[in-house]
Amino acid sequence: MSTPQVAPPSVDEIAPLEEPVTAPVQTMGGKREMLHFAVRNRKLVVGLSVTLAMLVFAVVGPFLAHHPPLEYGGKLSWAPTTKDGYWFGTTLLGQDVYAQFVNGLRLAFIVGALGGGIAAGVGMLVGFTAGYRGGVVDEVLNMLTNVVLVIPTFALLLVIAAYLKVRGIMMESVFIGLTSWPWAARALRAQTFSLVSRDFVGMARLSGRNSWQIIFKEIAPNMSSYLFMMFILLFGGAILIAATIDFIGLGPSNTISLGMMMQLSVQNAALQLHLWWWFLPPGLAIMTIVASLYVMNVGLDEVFNPTLREL
Amino acid sequence: MRRYFLRKLFIYLLTFVIAVTIDWAIPHLMPGNPVLTLMGRLQIQDPKVAQNVYHHYMRAFNLDLPLWKQYYYFWVSLLHGDLGTSILQFPSSVTSIIVHAVPYTLGLLIPATLLSWYAGNKVGALAARRKVLDNTVLPVAYALTATPYMWLAILLSWTLAVTWKVFPVGFAYDPTAQRAWTWTFVANLLQHWFLPFMSLFLVAFGGWAIGMRNMIIYELESDYAHYLEALGAPQRLVRKYAFRNAVLPQITGLALSLGAVIAGALVTEIVYSYPGLGYQIYRAITNEDYFVIQGIFLFIILGVLIANFLVDIAYLIVDPRTRIGMEGTKA
Repeated sequence: MSTPQVAPPSVDEIAPLEEPVTAPVQTMGGKREMLHFAVRNRKLVVGLSVTLAMLVFAVVGPFLAHHPPLEYGGKLSWAPTTKDGYWFGTTLLGQDVYAQFVNGLRLAFIVGALGGGIAAGVGMLVGFTAGYRGGVVDEVLNMLTNVVLVIPTFALLLVIAAYLKVRGIMMESVFIGLTSWPWAARALRAQTFSLVSRDFVGMARLSGRNSWQIIFKEIAPNMSSYLFMMFILLFGGAILIAATIDFIGLGPSNTISLGMMMQLSVQNAALQLHLWWWFLPPGLAIMTIVASLYVMNVGLDEVFNPTLREL
Repeated sequence: MRRYFLRKLFIYLLTFVIAVTIDWAIPHLMPGNPVLTLMGRLQIQDPKVAQNVYHHYMRAFNLDLPLWKQYYYFWVSLLHGDLGTSILQFPSSVTSIIVHAVPYTLGLLIPATLLSWYAGNKVGALAARRKVLDNTVLPVAYALTATPYMWLAILLSWTLAVTWKVFPVGFAYDPTAQRAWTWTFVANLLQHWFLPFMSLFLVAFGGWAIGMRNMIIYELESDYAHYLEALGAPQRLVRKYAFRNAVLPQITGLALSLGAVIAGALVTEIVYSYPGLGYQIYRAITNEDYFVIQGIFLFIILGVLIANFLVDIAYLIVDPRTRIGMEGTKA
């Protein structure tokens, strides 16, 4: 394969794409060592705890809401209060901001998990197949990856979503998943390439295992840390994309998400009316979740990759 | 060299064809007759007018023709620069709407992208492996890159424009201002431009700073860097070489990040009612003005493809290895 033209795949957060994963499959001792560094890594601990706290909030929060998120019942434009459970105040139209917020938080995690999961799945399928098979299969898959990589997928999502009358959170997640896999596929392809020529893969071939067994039992475990980090980044990315789609007015039609809260607040001049309790929480929540995911990712990177550890 | 460009051009051409096909196919694939949906939205009372409008749309969409012919005509009108007519802003063509909106969007996008790339790389390189800087810059950069574009725009607008009134709240210029190329009008434009620009710049800046910081750490840990250090080269020199190598993936990243920045520009414009493509697409979406949505989609694709091509050329100029790899090792 002489393709020096292919520029190194670069994605902001994952740096060592060209570096083959050299660590062998973790033994018991290795696992304990990882844990040793994991619990002492401040970035990982902080990122993970904030993410988990937000997750708990997303799961439990909706049960504590006093009103359905879309119900118009409260006084208009109330500041946060303890009365009637309007802890986050009400919107211009008298809806419970707290109820909307926790509902949106839940949706954000669903979109992240589903969209990120689907993207990771497609990325693995394409990346492993291209890297393992090589040849024509690789050429075709590589071309597909490049095409999807170049298309501004957000614009694509806009056009598709604009024509859908009824939009659900599931559909949104599937769309995001199906359009955000290319960089992952590219990175995995490069990693797989570097592993395929190793002796242990040759041994596995000799012992008569089929391709998928080799990919999932021999190759994938050697980049399990990498796969996990990739999923985290796709998870955060899916949340951000969903927020953008929702903000532009193409979110799910039967519920309310964090992006839609921001859209409605801007549309209803909440900024000019200083209804900060309406437009500050949704963005802050997204920022907190995504930032803590990213920070957690850096922590994990340091745990898995000794050269990065701060001394 | 030729082979490289031909290959790239082929990918871009293929992408464009696929994008156009999707753009054409989506209205056709959706259940129901799009013209009837449009008619329903127009709510024309007079049946005679309705009949006329219906036939007009059937002809405009070429829906009375066989599918392959419809597809063919779609390309023909596209190549003539005809993207249809807006329903919301009736007699204006989609092309003219785009032409009027594009300068605003590009005026935000290009400076924000290039300046954030430059500043992010510089700051990221500075912060790497320097404890104090790393611990202050990095958390800020992570917070910025995790911020949804529209939320930062909302935040800046609410604090700097609405509350403290340092900047105007929205639009591209004061509606009362005289539209002429005078200094006062340019100053007015710049005032309105600053906040949307800043929102875009800050979010993108975070991403670049983190990317560069991570890249340069890998470079500083590589053999050539250690070798240089062992030779007693000053830190500045080692960092300079590390920076040069680390900047290459960042150039590729510039092409990859375009989609996200454009999405960011679209929503930022919405927050500030800034009359670029994002504002137009938002109006089109809320009013279901499909031709405008489809036209802007195609325009964005075209812009991204051109930008990708420019980045490819920049990469060739910056990285000697790609050049040598393509021309053969003459040296």
